Amino acid sequence: MIFLKRQLPLAITFVMGIAFTFQYYIPHPVSEDAITNVSKWMQIISGFALFLGLASLFHVHAVKITRQVPGWGFSLALYVAMIGTIVIGFWSHGETKVDGGQTAFGWLYDYTMVPLQGTMFSILAFFIASAAYRAFRARSREASVLLVAAVVVMMGRVPLGQFLLPWTWDVTQWLLNVLNSAVRRAILIGVSMGAVALSLKIILGIERSYLGGGRDQ
Amino acid sequence: MIPAALLLLLFWGGTAVAAPPLLSPPEGFRVLDTPNDAGKSLSLVWKASPSDSKNRLVQVWAAESPQAAFNKVAEFPSNTRYVKPGDFPWWAQPAGKGDHYVKLSSSQAFPIENGKRYTVKLLMREGGREAWSDVAGGTAAPNYFNTAQINNLVFVLAFTGVLLGSIAAARRNPHVPLRRIAGLDAVEEAIGRSTEMGRPILYLTGAGDMSEVPTIAATVILGEVAKKVAHYDTTLKVPHRDPIVMAVCQEIVKEAYVEAGRPDAYKDESNFFITGDQFSYTAAVDGIMLREKPAANFFMGSYFAESLLLTETGASTGAIQIAGTDSDHQLPFFVTTCDYTLIGEELYAASAYLSREPVLVGTLRGQDFGKAFIMGVLVLGTALATVGVVADVDGVNYVLDLFKDFK
Repeated sequence: MIFLKRQLPLAITFVMGIAFTFQYYIPHPVSEDAITNVSKWMQIISGFALFLGLASLFHVHAVKITRQVPGWGFSLALYVAMIGTIVIGFWSHGETKVDGGQTAFGWLYDYTMVPLQGTMFSILAFFIASAAYRAFRARSREASVLLVAAVVVMMGRVPLGQFLLPWTWDVTQWLLNVLNSAVRRAILIGVSMGAVALSLKIILGIERSYLGGGRDQ
Repeated sequence: MIPAALLLLLFWGGTAVAAPPLLSPPEGFRVLDTPNDAGKSLSLVWKASPSDSKNRLVQVWAAESPQAAFNKVAEFPSNTRYVKPGDFPWWAQPAGKGDHYVKLSSSQAFPIENGKRYTVKLLMREGGREAWSDVAGGTAAPNYFNTAQINNLVFVLAFTGVLLGSIAAARRNPHVPLRRIAGLDAVEEAIGRSTEMGRPILYLTGAGDMSEVPTIAATVILGEVAKKVAHYDTTLKVPHRDPIVMAVCQEIVKEAYVEAGRPDAYKDESNFFITGDQFSYTAAVDGIMLREKPAANFFMGSYFAESLLLTETGASTGAIQIAGTDSDHQLPFFVTTCDYTLIGEELYAASAYLSREPVLVGTLRGQDFGKAFIMGVLVLGTALATVGVVADVDGVNYVLDLFKDFK
């Protein structure tokens, strides 16, 4: 059991990790085919894993409905929406358009999913305003610097700001191209080193908590 | 008669003086297999000429065999397609600096097969004049190793050696000092606060799947958080966007409860799948935040546009919020709306920081050596590039090429 739960996954991780590290340096078509095949396998596994997700979703909401926990009506709405979409999807043979005409499935997607997604995305504008209000309150020296920089960048990025204060364009470019880029690159260098180190720890079996359980088992 | 002869001689001679010089054919024309590729392409190389100009055109004519008819496959001005510094590293350069270099890839018009010999010649044209190069032949073949990336491989191997050395040193001397990371120190506080308030803890693993490093880091941190949650006997909720991540997290959380000595408190439902759709998932998690009002929200992993929608909703419920991401484009939103933010590499250091295991802490020291090396290279590279430009010295490129990522 310990072999299946621990040693075999670690061995597979090690072999595949080393193989696909070296794959990066091998331009031969055999190497390209290998990565393509692995990508296909990952897609197949993801497809099967979706059933796991669906089972979890149905289970969690079935429990809420049967126990009538507060808000169980939302779970019922989810069941109705999901089963309705599946039935309409089968009825439309999974097609959103047939002979240039929209199917029921396509209508459902275009007139429910798309507006709902658009609504969620549009809320972002209001959240940016409220988050900016909190961030720009000059309560400390750092927040004051942020406030001044943000005002200059905003003025430099909108036509009215450039018209009123033409110098803000140059200052904005300098802030974005010099200060901002330098900090972003510094973060990216740290991220890259961290990602390489974590990958090596996983390939070499030093970090194994993602398998579940402690590291020294 | 004599004046007429003189006149004829004069005209004859005048014509000879006005005749344009003959075009010189391209020199040193070679066809070779394109180095460091998957095959099905040929590289054409020839010497640059002082008379190259935009009016002088070069046509590439290729044939499938020496006996077959030649077809025109490319045409361009003769003052283009030079080998420029930075195109190839000095140790894998198919042509000299300043030479012409053209890569002839397989196309519908002229398919190139591996192992088959093709013949190519160049035609130089300017005005009405033409000059053909010698015919050269070459065979395309796939390569087993990209020699242009040998510097990259050497650095990877060296960095692996440094990491392993740091781990060995940490095993001998486990007292490696760690810089304080406020966001990770606050984990215990956040869980304690949730316990006191009798509210759940919400933990998100981000938008990525298990093939992405930040997601793996998020699942590793989840293990440490789950141990503390089990210890405090608080409710943990982990909504997922990816079923595979959910399955992995179920196993991690279960084992964390076992390690904490509370296997009875583990609930399989603490990890649950919502949807793979970005905004549907965001709406569902926002709903959980508003209905169940978790006292602590953790946002670990990679995020996109949903980051602010999640954290701003969480902030409105008064939850203590700890974020950790390597998505640099979302960092401002997390910093603005969360109480603590793990920036970039701190996400990857979290596992070592929380567990304090010498082996993992040792890797952090290895990372620091790597960063010190990169900083040194940045300073050296800046100095050499400046010297190269000011003093017009090409020699610096031999050093600079060592640190470039060639594809």
